Amino acid sequence: MASSGSGYDLSASTFSPDGRIFQVEYAGKAVDNASTMIGILATDGVVLAVSKPVLHKLVVSSTGSYKRIHHVSKHVGMASTGNLPDARQLVSRAMEECFDYNEFYGSPIAPMVLADRLAAYVHYFTLHGALRPFGAACLLAAHDQDADQAGLYMVEPNGAAYSYYGVAAGKGKQAAKTELEKLNLHKPESRVSCSDAVKQAVKILTMLFQEQSENEGKPLELEVSWLSQATNWEHQYVPKDVLENAKTWAKEQLEADDDDDEEEHMEE
Amino acid sequence: MTSLYADAHVSLLPNKSAELMTGTTIMAIPFAGGVVLGSDSRVSTGTYVANRVSDKIAQLSEHIFACRSGSAADCQALTDYVKYYLQQHTLETGRPPRVSVAAHLMANLVYDNKDNLSAGLIVAGWSPQEGGAVYQVAQGGTCMKVPFAVGGSGSMYIFGLIDSSYKADMTKEETLVLVKKSVSHAMARDGSSGGVVRTVVVTSEGVQRDYLPGNRLPFGPVGY
Repeated sequence: MASSGSGYDLSASTFSPDGRIFQVEYAGKAVDNASTMIGILATDGVVLAVSKPVLHKLVVSSTGSYKRIHHVSKHVGMASTGNLPDARQLVSRAMEECFDYNEFYGSPIAPMVLADRLAAYVHYFTLHGALRPFGAACLLAAHDQDADQAGLYMVEPNGAAYSYYGVAAGKGKQAAKTELEKLNLHKPESRVSCSDAVKQAVKILTMLFQEQSENEGKPLELEVSWLSQATNWEHQYVPKDVLENAKTWAKEQLEADDDDDEEEHMEE
Repeated sequence: MTSLYADAHVSLLPNKSAELMTGTTIMAIPFAGGVVLGSDSRVSTGTYVANRVSDKIAQLSEHIFACRSGSAADCQALTDYVKYYLQQHTLETGRPPRVSVAAHLMANLVYDNKDNLSAGLIVAGWSPQEGGAVYQVAQGGTCMKVPFAVGGSGSMYIFGLIDSSYKADMTKEETLVLVKKSVSHAMARDGSSGGVVRTVVVTSEGVQRDYLPGNRLPFGPVGY
């Protein structure tokens, strides 16, 4: 699957003969082996969801010190996965960009501009021999004041940043992407509202969690946030009761899907 | 500037009295769908009129302008910077800038350099999100969004006139008439204002520049 670098992977300033930069790809691996995160662009906003594996039973849980979704600015939220300390640096940088931009231009930063700037910053670390790339990817949920709509962007360790209707990163990204594709979020008639997007995201993360046998009997910790018309375009964590309802709904849906699968087998 | 006299001292501060000053009357009034900017055209150094037909309404972007008053050099430097920053902003965002952004940039520059500048500006223009908007950027660097703005040395003579004639939601034509009338009155009484009355009308459709020659003002020395 992954070819060995054999000498071309020692520095981010070295290309391989087939035009790859292995160090940057390895940074991507740090993201691919980390817990899954999902972003969905809804009709009335954006939803971010992260699956948080329990670090250790003695770590003070939930949204205390172990946060995966951060408020970057009033109108911008960021979820991250991969090397978590690296991700924290990206959050810091994004906060600086938002503040400096507002200070200079007197206007809140547009999502596209923030994504471009953060991507340029991440990319910088792939160009210098003395620096190593960020081993983290981040999802940006932000409101565009001029266009009066929300945007969802993902910035990857190689410095690429794109706007998405739906996106996933982390170890479950393949399965998550398949589920997201089924929702057909790119088609105007299939787009969902924020409340529905929360349910769908929770369902996908729950499904991924359950599929791994080592998670049998363990609690699933999720961090879900949104930014929508209803929140006055402020990035907020989804209220506890909404999250609990989504979890219950997800569980029911998954059980129903399992039953459907079982029935199919029995008919044979 | 060193003096030969024993009790003189060397001053490192810029000698503002030797600079070209736009004595000036400038103003801007928004209307539904746009804004009208107006100014006189006299640039003087002391009593000498260095330019009697200058253009004090500088273009910052396609739909945003700034009226300049105070030191001509200071104003030109400021408008050049803001124009440049707005170009960068447009490249990054892919959209035309808001008037509030132009005003904010101008105010920050003035505030950060207030010790070395002598400039009072009116930033006015049109944007799809704001419509017509007028901001007053004063000498210290304050920036205020106002329903109409008037500035320069000639402005003090026409505050009363504008306060009594201004009404909200005027049409483009009514606004133009008021601007031309007010600048003419100021030119009649302020020795540092004169020449022609320049007007700029900015709407979604574009920009219309015009001027009224000094011998055809609606009010002035000729009709006195």
